[in-house]
Amino acid sequence: MQSQLPIYPEQASNFAPHVDALMLFITGVCFLFALGITIAIIIFFFKYHRKTPNAVGIPTHEDSRLEAVWMIVPLILAMAMFGWGAVIYVDYRHTPKDTLDIYVIAKQWMWKAQQPNGLKEFNELHVPMGRNVRLVLASEDVIHDFFVPAFRVKMDVVPGHYNTMWFRPTKAGRYHFFCSQYCGTNHALMAGWVTVMEPSDYAAWLSGSSGGEGNSIAAGEKLFAEKACITCHLANGTGRGPSLNGVYGAQVLLADGSTVTADEAYVRESILQPNAKIVARYAPSMPTFQGQLTEEQIIALTAYIKSLQSQPVPAKGFGIAPPTGNK
Amino acid sequence: MSNTPPTPDELPHKHYLNATYGSGIRSWLLTTDHKRIALLYLASVTVFFFIGGVFATMIRIHLLTPRGALVTPETYNKLFTMHGVAMIFFFLIPSIPAVFGNFLIPLMIGAKDLAFPKINLLSWYIYLIGGCFVLYSFGTGGLDTGWTFYTPLSSVYSNSAVTPAVIGIFINGFSSILTGLNFIVTIHTMRAPGMTWFRLPLFVWAHYATSLVMILGTPVVAITLLLAGLERMFHLGFFNPALGGDPILFQHLFWFYSHPAVYIMILPSMGVVSEIIPTFARKPIFGYSFIAGSSIAIAVIGFLVWAHHMFVTGESAYAALTFSFLSYLVAIPSAVKVFNWTSTLYKGSISWDPPMIYALGFIGLFVIGGLTGLFLACLGLDIHIHDTYFVVAHFHYIMVGGAVMGYVGGLHFWWPKITGRLYPRSLSRFAAIILFIGFNLTFFPQFILGYLGMPRRYHTYPPEFQVLNVLSTAGASILALGYLLPMSYLIWSMRYGKVAGPNPWPATGLEWKTDSPPLTENFEVTPEVTWEPYDFKSRPDLGLETGAPLPAPAHGDD
Amino acid sequence: MHRTGELYGQFETLEQQKESATLGMWIFLVTEILFFGGIFLTYAVNRHLYFTAFGVGGNMLDLRLGTINTVVLIASSFTMAMSVWSAQTSQKKWLPIFLVLTLVLGFVFLGIKYVEYKQKFDHHLIPGHAFDLTYRMNHPAPGDDPKELASERKEIEEALATEDPGNPQGGLVALNSHAQLYFSLYFGMTGLHALHMVVGAGLLIWVIKGSLKGRFSASYNTPIEVVGLYWHFIDIVWIYLFALLYLINRHLG
Repeated sequence: MQSQLPIYPEQASNFAPHVDALMLFITGVCFLFALGITIAIIIFFFKYHRKTPNAVGIPTHEDSRLEAVWMIVPLILAMAMFGWGAVIYVDYRHTPKDTLDIYVIAKQWMWKAQQPNGLKEFNELHVPMGRNVRLVLASEDVIHDFFVPAFRVKMDVVPGHYNTMWFRPTKAGRYHFFCSQYCGTNHALMAGWVTVMEPSDYAAWLSGSSGGEGNSIAAGEKLFAEKACITCHLANGTGRGPSLNGVYGAQVLLADGSTVTADEAYVRESILQPNAKIVARYAPSMPTFQGQLTEEQIIALTAYIKSLQSQPVPAKGFGIAPPTGNK
Repeated sequence: MSNTPPTPDELPHKHYLNATYGSGIRSWLLTTDHKRIALLYLASVTVFFFIGGVFATMIRIHLLTPRGALVTPETYNKLFTMHGVAMIFFFLIPSIPAVFGNFLIPLMIGAKDLAFPKINLLSWYIYLIGGCFVLYSFGTGGLDTGWTFYTPLSSVYSNSAVTPAVIGIFINGFSSILTGLNFIVTIHTMRAPGMTWFRLPLFVWAHYATSLVMILGTPVVAITLLLAGLERMFHLGFFNPALGGDPILFQHLFWFYSHPAVYIMILPSMGVVSEIIPTFARKPIFGYSFIAGSSIAIAVIGFLVWAHHMFVTGESAYAALTFSFLSYLVAIPSAVKVFNWTSTLYKGSISWDPPMIYALGFIGLFVIGGLTGLFLACLGLDIHIHDTYFVVAHFHYIMVGGAVMGYVGGLHFWWPKITGRLYPRSLSRFAAIILFIGFNLTFFPQFILGYLGMPRRYHTYPPEFQVLNVLSTAGASILALGYLLPMSYLIWSMRYGKVAGPNPWPATGLEWKTDSPPLTENFEVTPEVTWEPYDFKSRPDLGLETGAPLPAPAHGDD
Repeated sequence: MHRTGELYGQFETLEQQKESATLGMWIFLVTEILFFGGIFLTYAVNRHLYFTAFGVGGNMLDLRLGTINTVVLIASSFTMAMSVWSAQTSQKKWLPIFLVLTLVLGFVFLGIKYVEYKQKFDHHLIPGHAFDLTYRMNHPAPGDDPKELASERKEIEEALATEDPGNPQGGLVALNSHAQLYFSLYFGMTGLHALHMVVGAGLLIWVIKGSLKGRFSASYNTPIEVVGLYWHFIDIVWIYLFALLYLINRHLG
């Protein structure tokens, strides 16, 4: 995540190399001035150290030309810094026309991003590499700021205004984003990850093949362990509950002989009212999680279970109904 | 053979500290003597420096680990807010003007006191009352909005003691305004005969420029905080978008003062350095009129750059370009000062006395702080480093490395005049070096942290930032030593220090023609000024090898 | 405290003392300009944003009383100038008379202000929970002029029709919200001004006492001059307030 050289972040956007180059230029100029002054002071400090206790220094007359020189030369250098910075900034503030638009909402203390197809993410932002991406930023409460160090960009999110920012990711990877305008107690926790994907991966992700927010799957997996689902629903089918590998989207055989499609509604019902549809050959021993999970957590678990579609189904200990055809 | 008058063994018989008018504490609390008022301020700003320092210590300890070692998030947010409020409004802004400006300006211009001595005392009481409100806020739940009070966080969402704090800062603003008013009138109307504008010490020029900023800028932050306070108390909508208000308007109004405020904090310190360098190089300062003019230029241009704090708020690109350009302009006068100070050392007779070490430390740290301002003024860079530790490092280099170092240097320069005593020479130079090293170790890593992307005001941070944070905290412990040492030996010296005599260095200002400590009325006879500032060669009374003929001995022999 | 125009210890000459006092007052007035300036700026920005609501709000101010107050203050500036003249020409009889007249006019101003504020309170125009722009329209009091009420109703209805269409909040809620902003600024600005008037009244009482003891004359009249500067400044601020709050976008009749 961090570059090998620990003094600047990875360069992952179109702006990053320019910002870094400008930084090096300004650093170089400043270093030379600082070095010059320091050397002059050190030399004078030692060379003109008082020789006898009552010695005085030799007055040197005011020199307007010298003053002009050391006003004009720094001014010229300053204008160069200004100009270069202005060019980058104008580019940054001038959003190109062909952008992928993502809506970002900030509120104390989390981020919601809405992708073009309506897909929502929380504290995550997936973007395709090589595309111009425009973020439309809105706040529900106080001023926040969306900052991606690897992109070298940030923009305040001001309540009552819409602010926009744009960038073009240039390197795949996962990069920090931070809230960068103090917004209250958990300002420092209001951070997340920008995931830059190859365009094809992004498209796939966007179309929901993994069932939703990448973050949700991970969260769901975590919950699956935390809520002890994993103690019964062992993947290899030897647990007290059926393995959930491959079950999503399949037909499930119930104890009463009927079958039902294991869709989102079924998963939700199984969590909240486990005795409503018992899987064949299993006892009604699953406890209910009514009142113990938020909607977001149910969504996350569903996403995780969905992600198990591609996992190998064990030979025994599953709830999937045998196919009507051959398998 | 020198003509220096021998240093006396004892303090002068009568001076402002033991003047007998009134009894004991009443004579101090009701004094109108600018020198006593300066000491009242010295005590109070030191208290606030200590309070702000305690908060800083807790912040740095907390940031030793990524998860936060010491306090809860709420408490951390209060710590950095209160650190900022205490340091900025109750230490940095008053410090040099209210302590050294008050003490020295009448002495430097040959006057008996400021134009309005009673208003001077009133300023101190207003400062105390404002301070009480703010301490009350700190003590009853604290303040967690950041010292910048951005709305609607401060006016609507924060659950901390915002209102008393805002009232306290509002009141304290008038202390600043009245001090500035007093200085301007005094410098205009009360200069001794022969003390023309261009014979004024540069310290006075610096305070004149500072006072201009104080009187023009402070009223704006006063009305802004008043509006924000009213909004919070009565649920009005000036800056609250839910009620039709505009949080960006708050920022414009706030920064219109708060940017010039940073020049209030640095100009006096530059004035101190402009006194120390020629004194300890024993020659006139190079480019006097340019240094004087640059103080005024900084004050004026400083009013035109406020929105460089708002480059990423979505303000118009035209505005951003204008403010960036002007921000580069304001850097030039500061550069002029640095070049002139350095040139003054050329062909000087440089002593390595403690004030000189502090002044050179100031130049070193101010140069770094000022140059990093060029990074922040740069629009393309600012979109990356705004609101990161880069900014924190930049302003601490200027405020602490610059202003505080100048303040401590001033303490070391004028301590003999204020107290009549000298302090240990070697220990104080050692303290200066400790300060310099500790400071750099504390704040230089923060530039790197900032460029790496660590935002400011974070109570927790990603683990990859830990090494730099630990370095910074280690430096802070050294820095603390650098402050504790002078506090100790300066207090020690008040009782046990060697008696200084009127002009121990010696220096050329009018203040050094009085006793140490001076009489209450400063001068027995109003002085008449016939010499240029820092002109050692035409001052035989200082007893130096000026090359000027010694006064003829009594017998007429050579 | 000046008893016989004696020299204060820190000054060398009376001339220096007088110069300092007047320069000090001028500088103080400059700070006051910056102080009021901030709230004037806030007013200007919000007026620009919420032109309609501010127009409605402004028309609810009592133009008659505002005009009378303006005349009263201008008259008081005249009597104040006459006080300064009396002091400068050692007219020790006229000085307290003109000063007292100034004070009386100041109190008249404050009294009328009180009446206006009370009116606003009765009409539910104080910002807060009870704020309701339509209160007077919907609850006419017996003494209200029906023509005035009718034009107010028309004004509000027109405003509702033209309120900023981009605003997510609709109609009356938005109008009330923005009008509340207007009245917050109205009370803020006129309240701040009134506070300064009270301070001015205090200063006047101080110099009236001195003038009754015959302390001011051609050779020493700095306090009168300095109080006069302050008073004129307060008057000028009111002129701006009157124009910006009462007169802009005013519908007559």
